[in-house]
Order: sequence, then C-alpha cells, then structure tokens
Amino acid sequence: MTVRAALGAVGRYVFAGFVFVFFALPLLWLLSAPFDTAPSVQVSLPDFTLENFRTLWDNPYAMRSLGNSVLIAAGTMAITLVLAALASYALSRVRIPGRDTLLYLLLLLSSIVTGTAAMVPTFLLMTELGLIDRQLGVVLVLTGGLLPTAIFILKDFMDSTPRSYEESARVFGASSLQILRHVVVPIARPGLATIAVWAVVQVWGNFLVPFILLRSPDRQPAAVVMFTFYTEGGQPNLALISTFSLLFSIPVVVMYLFVNRRYGFRFHGGIKR
Amino acid sequence: MTTVPSPTDLDPAGARGADPGGAGRGTGRGRGAAVDDGDAAGLGRWRAAGFVAPAMLVVAVFLVFPAIWTLYLGLTNWRLTGLAAAEPEFVGTENYTDALSDPAFRNSLMLTLAFVFFSAIVGQSILGFALAWVARRLRPAVRSVLETVVLLAWIIPASVVAFLWLALLDRREGTLNALLGTDGTAWLLEYPMQSIIVFNIWNGTAFSMLLFGSALASVPPSQFETARMAGAGTFATLRDVVLPNIRGHILTNTLLITLWTFNVFAPYLITAGGPQGRTEILGIYIYRVALRDGALGQGAALSLIMIIINLIVASVYLRLLRERRS
Repeated sequence: MTVRAALGAVGRYVFAGFVFVFFALPLLWLLSAPFDTAPSVQVSLPDFTLENFRTLWDNPYAMRSLGNSVLIAAGTMAITLVLAALASYALSRVRIPGRDTLLYLLLLLSSIVTGTAAMVPTFLLMTELGLIDRQLGVVLVLTGGLLPTAIFILKDFMDSTPRSYEESARVFGASSLQILRHVVVPIARPGLATIAVWAVVQVWGNFLVPFILLRSPDRQPAAVVMFTFYTEGGQPNLALISTFSLLFSIPVVVMYLFVNRRYGFRFHGGIKR
Repeated sequence: MTTVPSPTDLDPAGARGADPGGAGRGTGRGRGAAVDDGDAAGLGRWRAAGFVAPAMLVVAVFLVFPAIWTLYLGLTNWRLTGLAAAEPEFVGTENYTDALSDPAFRNSLMLTLAFVFFSAIVGQSILGFALAWVARRLRPAVRSVLETVVLLAWIIPASVVAFLWLALLDRREGTLNALLGTDGTAWLLEYPMQSIIVFNIWNGTAFSMLLFGSALASVPPSQFETARMAGAGTFATLRDVVLPNIRGHILTNTLLITLWTFNVFAPYLITAGGPQGRTEILGIYIYRVALRDGALGQGAALSLIMIIINLIVASVYLRLLRERRS
C-alpha cells in the first residue's frame, strides 16, 4: 500500500467518524434517557430502570394518542391502497384518453399542493365541510396527498405483471373486480406492500395536517401530542417524553428496515415526503 | 359473465380505437409497454373509468379544489373570527400588495431562500455526495452502521427529532454545550438560523446520500479503472469520470430537495419561528399570519405565492422525469 493510499484510507475513516458523531449525537438521547432513573436533557449512561415506561403507560393522553396515530395511519393506508389499486389497475390495462397527461398532472399536483403551501385552503375547506376536529378529515386530506404518487408507482408495478392469468380468469367467467381481487392483487403484492408501508410512514410522522385540523387532545395523534408535551407549560416531564419518543419512533424504524431489507430503496419522484 | 371481445377485437367502449396516436406514444414507456394496451381483464373504457373515479374524486376534492379555491380566497379579507369571518368581502389584489410591501414577508422570503440554499442545495447535496463517495470504500460493516444513523435521522418522526435537537442544544444542560465546554450558550437564541440549517442538513441528508449512492453505482467500473491507470487523482476522477455520468442525478437531487426544503415545517417544532421572527421561513410565516393571527385571506394569498413557486420547481423536475422515461 502506498503512502498516498494509506493517507486516503485514514482520511476516509476520519471523515466517516466525524459524520457518524454528527448524526449519532442527537440520537443518543433517545437510547439513554428512556432508561434513566432521573433523565435530564443531557446524554449520559443511564442508571437503568424501566420505571419511565410505567409513567408513559399511566399517562392517558400518551397512550390514546398512539392509538389515534394507528387509527389515522391505518385508515389513510387502507383508503389509499384500495383506491390506488383500482385506479392504477384500470390505468395500466385500459388506455383512457389522456392517461399519460393525467398521471403527470397528478404527480405535479401532489408535489406542489403540499400540506404547508395549502394549509389555508385546506383548513377552510375542512371547516366548511364540518370535518374540523374529526379524524376522518385528516385521513381524507392525507389520502388526497398520497394518492397521486401511490397511483403512479403502482401503475408501474401493474404494467410489469403478466396479463395471461387475467385472460384465463376471464375465460372462466370472473368479473373484473374478482379478477383484480383474486388474480392481480396476489401478483402485485410486493408493490402493494411497498405502498402500504410508505403510506404508513408518511402519515405516522405527519405533524402539520393533524396539528391544524384537530383541536381536542383526545383525538390528536402522537405527533401532535408529543409536541404539546414539551411546549405546554412548566418543566417538561422528561421521563414521559423520552419513553414516548422511543415508542413512537420504533414502528417507522422497523417498517423502514423491513422494506429496505426486502426490496431495497427505490427512487420514484417524491417517495419519502 | 360479461362477454367482452378479445383485446385485439373491437371493444364496445372503443377504448383503444378512440385514441389515435396514443398507442404510439405509449409503447416506449416502461416495462411491459409492448402489451400496454392489452385489456386482458376486459375492463372496457367505462368500467375502467369507474375504477379510476373514486381516486380522482378524493384527489379533486382534497387536492385540486383547495389549490384552485386559493385563487379566490386570496382576493378576500376572510378572517378566522369576527365580522369578516361571517361575511368576507372581496378586496381585490390588496392581500398581494400588502404582502409585497410587508417587511415581515420579505424577511421570511429571504430566510427561506437562505434556508433552502444553505441547508439543501449546499449542505445536503455536498454531505450526501461525500457520504456516498466515501461509503463505497469503507468496510461493509462500517458502511452499514454509518448509513443507518443517517437514515434514522431521516425517518424518525419530526416531533421526536425536534425534541432531540432541543435537548442537544439546550442552554443549561445540553449535550453540545457539555461537549464543547461552551456552557450557557443559547444556540437557538444566538444562532437560530444557523441552528435550523444544521438541523435540516442532519434531517434530510439521507435522501441525497441514497440518490448519489445509486448514481455512483451506475458509473461503469471500467471508467474508474481507466482513470486509475491514467494516474488521475480523486479530484480529476470526480471531474472527468463521475460528474459527466451523474449530471442528471445532480439535477434531480437539487430540484427535489429544493422543493421539499421549501415546504418544510419541522423548524416550527424547534424555534416556532422565533426569536423575533428570525427563523420564520415561509411555511411558518403562513401559519402565523393565517391560523394564529387569523388573517385567512392574507394567508391564502401567501399560500398561492408558495404554490406558484412550487409549481415552477416541480414542472422543471417533471419535464426532466418525463424526458428520461420516454
């Protein structure tokens, strides 16, 4: 190994070390504080305890908000998946006039009408529809935002599934919906699973939409309740915040790792946000 | 059983026949394009439209309508409470002229530009590329650990990472002050903008790292080999081998992270726009004007400005995407 190569290797590892510290430093607290008998905001080796999780369990808002997050995420995922599967299947198999333009227009819309940019009209629309402070409203708004990308990606999957089974099923007298349910869905399962996980990850961490649309603390998801825990009044309860943060983060981390291992990361315009 | 003629036959709905020129355009696109129009399930145009309709309805009501409605709302003095809440009046372009002459809006716009430029275009792109570049030649175990922490910063919910940063930067007991020995430094009060810029680099670099990682993997190894044989250094290799190969990726990355960073709301969870509006990027500014101070008409005008800026960036990106796919 030449001197230059050796220096290069040292440089690489030094750089990697610095970057590692930069990224890991804020995260350490999430691992230390939940298990500390007297958690502070500083990272320290925990004086191990699981007592903090009892604090969390006993807090009515925390556990209910996690339930709300599950409800909102599951609802959005289910509606997105069903509607996107129907639409993408039809768009994949039948040439509706203007299909390509439609797909690109949808994708364009979903990337420009973001939660941040459209918070005012969305808020007013939900007020007029009487869907303010209702979880259904949050689900519908989020579904509207996710559908274009979901349809776009699923159509790619549908395009690559073989059609011969559908023809056979038709010969045996299956209806279009039956074919979709019993023939296409099983084949397109990897695509559907990706979209399902993606939708849940998107919704799970979403703060802005439930923040502006939901008022009652007992309807708010964890993302919003978490924020109120550390902004509203007095000394923040760190035992509660740290355990809550950990519990709230685990599902998305697990799902992401699962998708990553199973399918690898794919790049489709705007898959993450 | 519905007896629909075979795909090559006459379809009662005339799905394919009624689309002159469409088939030619469709054949070049993506996998399975050769049988693109093989309506194997015998859907027919009307049933297909029925399948598409529910999704379109949701999109129309909750995505398209708000965008279009903003056009009208921005021309009114609609308020959250009070008289103008019950009967909003038409005020013409007053909201826009007010916004343009309002120093708070101009301040917010400048902050947003700085935020996007430094945190995304410079910070995330360069760090993301450097990570992807260096990671190729790290031991696989080291590489996967490094990539995992970068990814964690990206996928953990915003309300959690915001608190992690509040804890890190805390004035009295923060880990950063303890490490640097800068006891009592109130990072979020003294360097608020710098803090949220660094936060956003931390938060979003994963995407650039992944994108450049796959870009670098697509550079033919033979070209690296040739560069090494010619004795090219790292800089020359980057300039002459890597850059020409990943130009498209750089553009894609820049446009996407610009669009996303422009629409970011997470800094609100850390600084809430303060102190004294010094981190009030556009999204936070709109939130304050419209939903906290209640000037919905004014907020709608600002929303429209934001949507139009989004439209400009996104249409450049989609044009590129479309060219590449066809």
